[in-house]
Amino acid sequence: MADTLYGAWLIARKDLAIEFRTRSAFFSAVIFALLGLVIFYFAWDPTAVTVTDLAPGVLWVIFTFSGLLGLHRSFGVETDDHAIDGLLASPVSREAIFLGKAIANLIFVVVVQMIAIPALVLFYNLPLGHIAASLIGVAILAAVGLVAIGTLFSAMAVNTRLAELLLPMLSLPFFVPIVIAASQSTAKLLTGRPVAEVGAWLKLLVAFDIVFVALCTLAYPFTVDD
Amino acid sequence: MKISWLPAVAGAAVLATFIRAAFYTPLEAKQGAAQKIFYLHVPAAWVAFLAFFLVAVASGIYLWLRDARLDRFAESSAEVGVVFTTVVLITGPLWARPIWGTYWAWWDVRLVSTLFLWFIYVSYMVLRGAIESPALRARYSAILGILGAFLIPFIHLSVYLFATMHPMPIVGKPSKPSLPNEMLMTLMLSLASFTLLYFAFLRSRYRYAAERDALAAALDRDA
Amino acid sequence: MSSTISSGGPPIVEVAELTRVFGTRQALAGVTFSLAAGECLALFGPNGAGKTTLLRVLAGLLRPTSGNARVSGVQLPGGALARSRVGLISHHTMLYEALSPRENVLFAARLYGMRDARARVENSLSRMSLIDRGDAPVRSLSRGMQQRVSIARAMVHSPRLVLADEPYSGLDDSGARALTALLGELRAAGTAIIVVTHNLAEGLSLATHAAVMQRGRFVRYDAAERIDAGSYAATYREALAVG
Repeated sequence: MADTLYGAWLIARKDLAIEFRTRSAFFSAVIFALLGLVIFYFAWDPTAVTVTDLAPGVLWVIFTFSGLLGLHRSFGVETDDHAIDGLLASPVSREAIFLGKAIANLIFVVVVQMIAIPALVLFYNLPLGHIAASLIGVAILAAVGLVAIGTLFSAMAVNTRLAELLLPMLSLPFFVPIVIAASQSTAKLLTGRPVAEVGAWLKLLVAFDIVFVALCTLAYPFTVDD
Repeated sequence: MKISWLPAVAGAAVLATFIRAAFYTPLEAKQGAAQKIFYLHVPAAWVAFLAFFLVAVASGIYLWLRDARLDRFAESSAEVGVVFTTVVLITGPLWARPIWGTYWAWWDVRLVSTLFLWFIYVSYMVLRGAIESPALRARYSAILGILGAFLIPFIHLSVYLFATMHPMPIVGKPSKPSLPNEMLMTLMLSLASFTLLYFAFLRSRYRYAAERDALAAALDRDA
Repeated sequence: MSSTISSGGPPIVEVAELTRVFGTRQALAGVTFSLAAGECLALFGPNGAGKTTLLRVLAGLLRPTSGNARVSGVQLPGGALARSRVGLISHHTMLYEALSPRENVLFAARLYGMRDARARVENSLSRMSLIDRGDAPVRSLSRGMQQRVSIARAMVHSPRLVLADEPYSGLDDSGARALTALLGELRAAGTAIIVVTHNLAEGLSLATHAAVMQRGRFVRYDAAERIDAGSYAATYREALAVG
């Protein structure tokens, strides 16, 4: 167990070092998120829909698509020069490879969110204040689910012919419960609804996270062992 | 032309069911003739979910035993399933419009779950089409098949929560009809005949897959 | 071929009737041999003969379909333990291009659980004359330099078995000499080596044993003393002709 965590940590650090070196995926995801926020604002009629109605949906839709940008490169680095063989031939466990990549992806996605959420507050004039902490909590729960699914499908998609198309196609149906739960929670938090109503959605998110982190970690070895 | 018994029996059963549904089953009081599509919609949905359940089970056993026949079974069940799923998605709106005044009913949890079932089926087939190596294709689609099975309950729950929290403008939505015996009988018949039809399609699709794979193997050997 | 020829050290590789099937294709059709510590097997054969498949099975990247294989005493599939004792060199460099040679080799050293990682990394890099390019990103290095990094990486954890799949590809003369010297030292220190190469002369110069592979089996397997380069070349040409 400790070996797996240490291996995961080494791999996460390596992935983050590579991403930090090139930064291209990170910048793409951030710019995409910011542009998305802006475009959505102009796509709606502000007299018909208030920003508090618009903002939650926009935020979480942007979150999934910019997340996909980052997830795609997760296993991309391993296919150049067959680096994945180097990992697979080493003593590190397959679960550690998955967890390490998922952790790196999680950090990536959360950092992008921490830029997108303040941008949302700025552009949409949201009365954030006291719900900021809850919103960050929702963001992290949503990110965990997104990353579990996306890391697994990224591992698969990278070995297929239509990698860029396949990753969103496979992942988006699975992202839907996350987006629904996160948007509904955010909407209720913004309009000051009682916590009990948000509770149901949060429980759904937590259950989703537990189920899919477990499933995806268990499934990953089947994508490599031959 | 030799006609094997299963498709013939299944076809006859379905035909008999439709005749019974159209002519020998009473009209439903509030919905009238439009309700008859129920006898197509519900069994198609039952088969769609049955087919998917079997895809998931076959996928799980495949990952354990690695027997290509299980992969072929999953592939066949998925293709047959997507056809029935499409029928559900077409009959759903056709039924909803005269009854509820709207083509698509987001509060209809089963319908929305079926929509996601359709998405998973389609991505399952696209995934299979994008992989050359048979072993890799089998493993990857097995993973998708199993994960998809776990997704459906979450979709169900999300849509249910969404619908209960957002009262929607519903025009005379009928509560669950308590079916008089005759209608229940027709429903049971339709479920049984559609299940037979599923197995008929499944078997012929499986045979096609088996022949295709045997041919590919023979070509490989000679190469 | 079922003769096992050994020169006395503890067996590092023991393979008996190993098969590996891909769908309907038999990539390995019953391979049997063993290799003791300090021995080096030079493996020749046409493309598609199964040489790379054999190495990948021994490296833990593929599972055997049937038969028996033991690497350093561990039955395959042997998990982390077997893999920790093997070093793999491939004609793919398996490197992360955005990172430097030092970072790539250090990552490997840590993955293999080496406590004195940094010292080993410096040692490995200097053996392959990489110290002065040690911090440039790998993508800025020539193919030959990248291959050297790959070799440095494969050796950093002092493996008991080195599997080298066409390791000389891309290397210039000095790189090739460094590799040959390194393999020689490893052999002397008790590492077992399997080298796949198309270069008969180079392969035989290192080898204590040689084999020609064709259609998933060894069609020829001898101890080096009994190898006569001419007849080996003939067998190899035959194998190439038949395919």
